[in-house]
Amino acid sequence: MTEPSPQTTAGTDRQTGSQLVKRGLAEMLKGGVIMDVVTPDQARIAEDAGACAVMALERVPADIRVDGGVARMSDPAMIQGIQEAVTIPVMAKARIGHFVEAQILEALGVDYVDESEVLSPADEAHHIDKWAFTVPFVCGATNLGEALRRISEGACMIRSKGEAGTGNIVEAVRHLRSILGDIRALTQADSAEVFDWAKRLQAPLPLVQEVAATGELPVPLFCAGGIATPADAALAMQLGAQAVFVGSGIFKSDDPAPRAKAIVEATSHYEDPHILAKVSRGLGAPMTGIGMDDIDVRLADRGW
Amino acid sequence: MKVGVLAIQGAFAAHVAVLESLGVAAVEVRRPEHLDGLDGLVLPGGESTTLSMGLERSGLTGGVRAFVTSGAPVLGTCAGAILLAVECLDGRSDQVQLAALDVVARRNAFGRQVDSFETDLDVPRLGQLGLGDGPFHGVFIRAPALERVGPSVEVLAAHDGTPVAVASGRVVATTFHPELTADPRLHELVLGR
Repeated sequence: MTEPSPQTTAGTDRQTGSQLVKRGLAEMLKGGVIMDVVTPDQARIAEDAGACAVMALERVPADIRVDGGVARMSDPAMIQGIQEAVTIPVMAKARIGHFVEAQILEALGVDYVDESEVLSPADEAHHIDKWAFTVPFVCGATNLGEALRRISEGACMIRSKGEAGTGNIVEAVRHLRSILGDIRALTQADSAEVFDWAKRLQAPLPLVQEVAATGELPVPLFCAGGIATPADAALAMQLGAQAVFVGSGIFKSDDPAPRAKAIVEATSHYEDPHILAKVSRGLGAPMTGIGMDDIDVRLADRGW
Repeated sequence: MKVGVLAIQGAFAAHVAVLESLGVAAVEVRRPEHLDGLDGLVLPGGESTTLSMGLERSGLTGGVRAFVTSGAPVLGTCAGAILLAVECLDGRSDQVQLAALDVVARRNAFGRQVDSFETDLDVPRLGQLGLGDGPFHGVFIRAPALERVGPSVEVLAAHDGTPVAVASGRVVATTFHPELTADPRLHELVLGR
């Protein structure tokens, strides 16, 4: 055969911002670890450890929790510094409903926008209309109805919320079990029962019917909020998460670099207890963590 | 027929689904022993830096290198194509290069995620093999470009003058994602069906 010349190649039309392209990047992040970083140096440590992406933010959730006040989108200069430091995708957070912060993040060329309950909500009724953007969005969810409402607004990745900044996996497990348990139950519903499911979930009927038919969310489901150890990451994966976000758990621990690497290996080999035992050894102290009875603000309650 | 899919990180599940739809037994490859008895291997998309480190840490680099240079059917998509190349530009200096294809890959050559795109591609070889004449829909996600294509390498498809699918022997690399569209023709081409 002959090599096609540039003139004979098929269409130069490029369609950007389609659902296929937006969900496609989430597909590529599966099986990986997305790490919160607050400086270019931390971003390099994350990339060196094998992170598949970083989340650029000014303060990790544990510090936001301690500092209080209003938590907002990061300084663009700080985000750009991190974009220049690494070759992997860079995500950044916008406040719930703050579509102008999202516009700014899109203009910066951020690879994914996290419309995040970790920041202070800007709108107590409306999330961002994510269909209006070329950049894809990830949103948190505590249950299946919330996940499907976010997908109906254009989210291309869902992460279980957990409780950010606690180093405590219990809420992440609750949310993953709620989302995946309801999906399993929904697949057993007959066609009449699916209408009732849509009503109870407060979610659009076509999306509920799609989940009932396919047995999975229409977009990838990742886990966030409370992962502090390699075993936590593997637990989330065995429960059915397709990748993990680690926020405070790495850079609030005693020795971030080896812990970051160990969490990456644990996420790849989540079903292999021998590898999990090997990578969990001698990592120093994880972040101290806090119990759910000891926190004043439940970040997971933000979002509607 | 038993085909492995490197399952360290990335879109390996989508490749497994395509292979199974073709009636091929798919094996997720995470440890060296998973390479035993395979008739072919898929290196999926994902982050090439993560995959590269995962190969090294899992002790897979040697076995995978031997397999992809053995003449067996191999498909590398996006990050997988970067791994198959002899050199990677705009990557990390410590990235693993399996050197199964005499091409140089340039990471993220089409831009960031906001520049990711889909487009129809002309792949004449598919029609010649009787796999169907229609265009192949290419999904490009922060895609690499293939440059300095060597004489042993055949260009199967190009976009805007840049090679996006190439072959050398039974080794095929695409910078787009055939596993994300319901079109198994490139997998069939690799498997010789």
